[in-house]
Amino acid sequence: MDYQPIWLTFRLATITSAILLVLALPVAYWLAFGKFKGRGVVEAVIGLPLVLPPSVIGFYLLLAFSPSYWFGAWIEKVLGLRLVFSFPGLVIASILYSLPFMVYPIRAGLQSLPASLREASYTLGKTEMQTFFKVLLPNCKPAILTAFVLTFAHTVGEFGVVLMIGGNIPGVTKVASVAIYNEVEALNYGVANQYALILFAITFVILLLVYSINNRLLRVRQSA
Amino acid sequence: MSDSQLNIAIRHTLHTAQGILPMEVSFSLEKAAIMALTGHSGAGKTTLLKQIAGLLMPEEGNIKTENSAWLDTQNQISLPPQQRNIGFVFQDYALFPNMTVAENLTFALPKGGDRTIIKELLEATGLENLSGRKPDQLSGGQQQRVALARALVRKPELLLLDEPFSAVDPDMRYQLQELILKFHKLFQFTAIIVTHETSEIFRLADQVGIMENGKLPQFGPPAQVYLNINQPEKDLYIHGEIINYTKTADCIFANALIDNKIRLVKLPLGMEENILAGKKFTLSLSLRSPEILWLS
Repeated sequence: MDYQPIWLTFRLATITSAILLVLALPVAYWLAFGKFKGRGVVEAVIGLPLVLPPSVIGFYLLLAFSPSYWFGAWIEKVLGLRLVFSFPGLVIASILYSLPFMVYPIRAGLQSLPASLREASYTLGKTEMQTFFKVLLPNCKPAILTAFVLTFAHTVGEFGVVLMIGGNIPGVTKVASVAIYNEVEALNYGVANQYALILFAITFVILLLVYSINNRLLRVRQSA
Repeated sequence: MSDSQLNIAIRHTLHTAQGILPMEVSFSLEKAAIMALTGHSGAGKTTLLKQIAGLLMPEEGNIKTENSAWLDTQNQISLPPQQRNIGFVFQDYALFPNMTVAENLTFALPKGGDRTIIKELLEATGLENLSGRKPDQLSGGQQQRVALARALVRKPELLLLDEPFSAVDPDMRYQLQELILKFHKLFQFTAIIVTHETSEIFRLADQVGIMENGKLPQFGPPAQVYLNINQPEKDLYIHGEIINYTKTADCIFANALIDNKIRLVKLPLGMEENILAGKKFTLSLSLRSPEILWLS
């Protein structure tokens, strides 16, 4: 059995989750507390991956990334990067595809904090930025952990989008879910089973760890 | 009043459960005065407090202190809460759960601020031994002491307290009132405290304002406001418990427990059945009879 697809899957999930965490923090804060018009539009766009078939997202990303269209051509000209059938392309697609899984739990976590925490920090002379990093974020750790792991797991489980824009290049875009599909197509059920079992076991352990940690964090807080 | 330290005039529209309510409030406080703000819930007390703090923006208004204008909507001046020299004590304490007691206080210290104030405040509040604890390991009274200490770290000229003692028992309430008076002597801040307790108003405040439907129809020293006969009686209640009583020729004197203190209450004859020992009662302060005699 070739372990490369497994390794690639977790590399993709780790990079995607790390970049998304950084991107999602300001977006979640903005959605939670920002005063602006058109919030509904932004929310709808972020939420699209939750309801759209992955093949639809994959299809449009394929068009967007393709050098035959202006965005893909522009990226290739400016950055010298071809996004279609490449690992960077997979990362960008995964970021878009998993965006709601990172943004929504963090936003919910921020909104669940009493408003008085923010207000108290302001009355103590602290700026919005200081308040965000020193008061708000440390007090919604469970939400951030949940968001990170959901994003990670969602990226591991990606199939449609990856297949559409990444294809099946070993070591570059052939992730575990695609490898399983290929092995089944080739009637190699034994290998498919091995891939599937490894994915199953690892994701289960990760989820188990997260929920145990979260329960402990929450229990500490409730014991007040 | 040109010599007053704090001048407040605010016009706003309140959106309450009962509908839209025009809010119009103006008053002045002398330097280092303690004002109690009372009235029914929904009258706009917390809104007013947050507008003074800069946490809410009124439609129109002026807030001027001795040295600066915090709010002047005509001239488009509105300092953010960070730049108003205030301390705010929240009803739910609003302690930061991720920080210990000492860290909560240190957080309030401006960059390069003198750390001795933190030690002083921890000592004065009796919290030195608890300084390493997180807020969720403290009792309600202890948390409230931390909140009070934290609000004083920056030595504010104005301390705002939003029903600070509503969740603590009468004993603790009494101790916390003492603490406020002690700190007031020490730091000489001006204070506005939202409270529903008549005894608290008499104990702490130089001035009391009764808020009603977004207005402040009554404002003045507590004795003057509360003994005003024209007062609508629904506003002013005092609760207590009868301990014992003696009957004289023309009235009944009862010893009663009111807010943890024994007070003498004068009652008219013919109320014997109602004043059995242990019986709880509510008296309206605005009525001449039954009347309350304040004993020190």
